[in-house]
Amino acid sequence: MAEKVSKKDVVDHGKRDFLSGTTKAFGAAGAACACYPFIKSMSPSAKVEAQKYTEVDLSEIAEGDTKKVIWRGKAVFVKHRTQSEIALAAAGDKTVSIDPQTDAERVKKPEWLVTIAHCTHLGCVPIDGSTENWACPCHGSQFDVSGRVVKGPAPKNLEIPPYEFLDDNTIKIG
Amino acid sequence: MAKQQVNPNPSSKLEWFEDRLPLISFMKAELVDYPAPKNLNYAWNFGSLAGIALILQILTGFFLTMHYKADAGLAFDSIQHIMRDVNWGWLIRNLHMVGASFFFIVVYIHIGRGLYYGSYKSPREILWGMGVLIFFLMMATAFLGYVLPWGQMSFWGAQVITNLISVIPLVGDDIVIWLWGGYGVNDATLTRFYSLHFLLPFVILGVVFLHLWALHNRKVKSNNPTGIDLKKDTDFVPFHPYYTIKDTFGLAVYMLPFLFMVFYMPDYLGHTDNYIPADPMTTPAHIVPEWYFLPFYAILRAINFNILFLDSKLLGVIAMVSSIAILFILPILDKSKVRSARFRPIYKVMFWAFIANFFFLGWLGAKPAEQPYTAMSQVATALYFGFFLALPWIAKIEKTKPLPTSI
Repeated sequence: MAEKVSKKDVVDHGKRDFLSGTTKAFGAAGAACACYPFIKSMSPSAKVEAQKYTEVDLSEIAEGDTKKVIWRGKAVFVKHRTQSEIALAAAGDKTVSIDPQTDAERVKKPEWLVTIAHCTHLGCVPIDGSTENWACPCHGSQFDVSGRVVKGPAPKNLEIPPYEFLDDNTIKIG
Repeated sequence: MAKQQVNPNPSSKLEWFEDRLPLISFMKAELVDYPAPKNLNYAWNFGSLAGIALILQILTGFFLTMHYKADAGLAFDSIQHIMRDVNWGWLIRNLHMVGASFFFIVVYIHIGRGLYYGSYKSPREILWGMGVLIFFLMMATAFLGYVLPWGQMSFWGAQVITNLISVIPLVGDDIVIWLWGGYGVNDATLTRFYSLHFLLPFVILGVVFLHLWALHNRKVKSNNPTGIDLKKDTDFVPFHPYYTIKDTFGLAVYMLPFLFMVFYMPDYLGHTDNYIPADPMTTPAHIVPEWYFLPFYAILRAINFNILFLDSKLLGVIAMVSSIAILFILPILDKSKVRSARFRPIYKVMFWAFIANFFFLGWLGAKPAEQPYTAMSQVATALYFGFFLALPWIAKIEKTKPLPTSI
């Protein structure tokens, strides 16, 4: 007694797959969107972002001295270089090989070197070195008087933050 | 199939309860009747000791959270408050601090036991893998916890370890800023580290449950010093009272050095520099991680050369992570059918050489990053990985001793 199968009773697999596929896709997209605010909440807050600039008074840094300042939570070296140090940095242009850069590319005025004070390896603050200008206490990287890496493991030169001279005695970092 | 329904006329309140939640029978099966091999030696004590160490950390940590302040301006002083003002605060903190170190000692011995007796081999690959995962989580938790006192070592440890993530190509730097919640390690970092330090132990607890589930699986069960599969019922004894009493005795022995350290030398394994408040401007002249990270730290520092386009920084991190992650694939690397080192003359020598080399790496990790230590670290790192990479070949050439038919 073969019953007549109405069209209604036949499962349309194409339609079912489409519906289940789109449901999963929209569900996943919705879940991903819902994650966004939580992930973003961990990014630097508006308060952190607001502290964007640090001004440094250069008149109090004697020739040959280095001042450490904080810019956005990072330490920054502001070094007042002597004539012999400037000459040394220029001489280094030919010898640095890990991350080649000329001293002129790294400074706005030769007597002032402004550089992030965190080793480009794992972020320690270098200290005065015996053979080079700075040596990292953590893993032994060394940096010359232009902040360029002369001995690894640091892969890059000390970073130069954005800065500008407001006048002869003041710089604004950031 | 038997009718899966509750008994409408239970003979006791216990049966009524058990029909609804078989908790008592579960506990009895896993903690009392669990058939344990009767020849387990004292090396097998360290699993339950690790569990006790974890519980102790969670308990002492919970009480510390009642007095600790996760704020860059208050954290350092709140530790002194715990040590000086809080009733018995010094004891709870010392237990937590020394407890972390002892947890690692116990887990290192536990892992060493697994290596020596081939506990990672079939059918225990997943059991072993869960263990390696627990070890990773433990290291993360310990690192996060060490940041909380906000001393110099806390701060610069956090700086160095978080910077490891910056080696990820393209997005690494952005991920680090996201993780810090700023442009350097700062107050936001401390607060989230505290949050994670509270959360992770419970994640560990969850993975420990999976670890034990895989162990108590009746198709798997405990390995034993002979490494052979046990088939006879007489090879087993019930867990209680045989191993409950042995584990309790082991715990008492463990407590002697542990409490000695807690009471008489709580800071011995720490660093004096961590009693200087965090200073984002100055890195201590000699920074070293906690002792339990030293071997891996030595491996990180050993890679100070570039290979092709990969720089030393990335390679160092890859080497350090691989040095632990390689344990995941140990069941694949070691193809020898014999589990226990007792019957593997070559592997036995390799094992002890590996352990000696591991201590050597630990010693090197505490030395400054200069010659001759760097060259020594490179040799020791090569030996460390050499151990694992030689295993497939050793399995082929090794003449194993005849296995006993039963214990």
